[in-house]
Amino acid sequence: MSYKIVVLAKQVPDTRNVGKDAMTPEGTVNRAALPAIFNPEDLNALEQALRLKEQNPGSTVSILTMGPPRATEVIREGLYRGVDNGYLLTDRAFAGADTLATSYALSMAIRKIGGCDIIMSGRQAIDGDTAQVGPQVAEKLGVNQVTYTEEILSLKDGKITVKRHIDGGVETVEAPLPVLLTVNSTADPCRPRNAKLLMKYKRAMAPMEMPQDGTLAYADQYKKKPFLNVTQWSVADVDGELQQCGLAGSPTKVKAVQNIVFKAKESKSFTATDGDVEGLIQELLANHTIG
Amino acid sequence: MNNVFVYCEIEKTTVEEVSLELLTKGRKLADQLGVKLEAICIGTGIQGKVEKQVLPYGVDKLHIFDGEGLFPYTSKPHTSILVNLFKQEKPQICLMGATVIGRDLGPRVSSCMKSGLTADCTALKIGEYDDNKSGKHYDQLLYQIRPAFGGNIVATIVNPDHRPQMATVRSGVMKAEIKDPNYKGEVIIQDVAKFVPEVDFVVKVLDRHVEKAKNNLKGASIIISGGYGVGSRDDFNLLYEFAQEIHAEVGGSRAAVDAGFCDCDLQIGQTGVTVRPKVYIACGISGAIQHVAGMKESGIVISINTDPDAPINQLADYVIVGSVQEVLPKLIKYYKKNSK
Repeated sequence: MSYKIVVLAKQVPDTRNVGKDAMTPEGTVNRAALPAIFNPEDLNALEQALRLKEQNPGSTVSILTMGPPRATEVIREGLYRGVDNGYLLTDRAFAGADTLATSYALSMAIRKIGGCDIIMSGRQAIDGDTAQVGPQVAEKLGVNQVTYTEEILSLKDGKITVKRHIDGGVETVEAPLPVLLTVNSTADPCRPRNAKLLMKYKRAMAPMEMPQDGTLAYADQYKKKPFLNVTQWSVADVDGELQQCGLAGSPTKVKAVQNIVFKAKESKSFTATDGDVEGLIQELLANHTIG
Repeated sequence: MNNVFVYCEIEKTTVEEVSLELLTKGRKLADQLGVKLEAICIGTGIQGKVEKQVLPYGVDKLHIFDGEGLFPYTSKPHTSILVNLFKQEKPQICLMGATVIGRDLGPRVSSCMKSGLTADCTALKIGEYDDNKSGKHYDQLLYQIRPAFGGNIVATIVNPDHRPQMATVRSGVMKAEIKDPNYKGEVIIQDVAKFVPEVDFVVKVLDRHVEKAKNNLKGASIIISGGYGVGSRDDFNLLYEFAQEIHAEVGGSRAAVDAGFCDCDLQIGQTGVTVRPKVYIACGISGAIQHVAGMKESGIVISINTDPDAPINQLADYVIVGSVQEVLPKLIKYYKKNSK
């Protein structure tokens, strides 16, 4: 049996590598100090997808991402590891999307792809930590969902059996296809890039990444090797309604943002007296260090 | 109509603590808004068992959905219940735990209702909002306050135009308080079949058991780490106790592992795991270079040590000079006192 698998992946700022220089003295995020990376749990999802492809000959894995043109990097990273093709959803109208508008756009793209048997994504992205887009995509497509996946135990007869994390334990569930799985960081890590695939796809690009002034290097290659052209879709390409995309399609609005400044400070010394300890706790709570 | 709803998470017939915390918060929000508090309990064999657990928190109306296949939780039946009930009752606010269940159910419901959902809120308040774009003014919206961007910012989110305003809150963030042990609330036994189509019961839970979770040191935003100065395996439990309060993971230094205070998979340092939490609390760790190699990228470092000149203190933003056995119980005590 062969399956059509779509992996949802996101390019995120590396919020885990927040060092003392990650915030500017003014208290804003220093983006230059935070490299854009493949969302870590999406890599766990990618590994699970690639394994299913290997176990079920004839299956295909596509990678779908939404973001600015540079997010194509995520698609290339997928191609280097064995996915068959990638789709970049990019359009100014997608900008400012909350989870609901994001899941709308992704679900429309999956419809455009022609549907699939299994959708996989990371449990959550490290920049927002909401864990909402996966289940919302599943709802929009009307497919089953299994969140917090740790291991895929079997896939046969149109059913997938999955070991998933629950609060304080684990659970084994069986879900009929089509299904969306979100994968935890505790699942097996993703394989490294494959050298041959890296050589094959290193010049793969989405149209918007290509310079339009005729300075594109190896321009003839993109005609000879169609696989170097990453599919790029706008709102109109996926038959999306503008009202449901981006800021317009987002019910949640950000009212205020307070930065938490991390910088090297003089170290403050406290004694073990009750008064000192309580003072410290109050300070840590007030500046959102804990709690 | 227009009331505050809380989805109660139920393990067999016991309502989870996080739901009681949310009922307490929901009661306060409902009082502020001048509306009623309603609770939803979904499970198998819960009728007659959940009422006494839920009503004392000031619940005016309790909706009970009791039927086969509703426990253990699966996404679709619980989603259908909430969506169909909300279409009927039109709540203005819905709260649920930021647990595995709440984070599976909340987004699915919000997608279907096309309403906004804010995950993992650390505070909820009522306030006004002016939309700069449309020039509209809104009274009495729910402020959903949460950390974002890997904990580097705290954002206040509102849902001006869509109902219900949905939020999930982690367990332990709010405080559960009984309003009145004899609080009189209405109990409504709902007909499950009217809310859940038979086709929703497709995902089967084959096996379910509680197992010790793998530690999550790499992904933790707060780590409490113990060294030789903790003194004993028993005293290491103090670290776990504080960790539970502030949602931290527990780690250890090589010296603590070698002394048998903690298991070797908790070791942080050159030969253990490398961590980059937002906050690192070093308890009785001197700060050998091998240990520092595994944690020097941490955001804020708090050191508890009897030696004011311990090398780790040079890295620390906050130093408490004292023994772990003396300081940790005080930290726990004053955290509990000041945090809620």
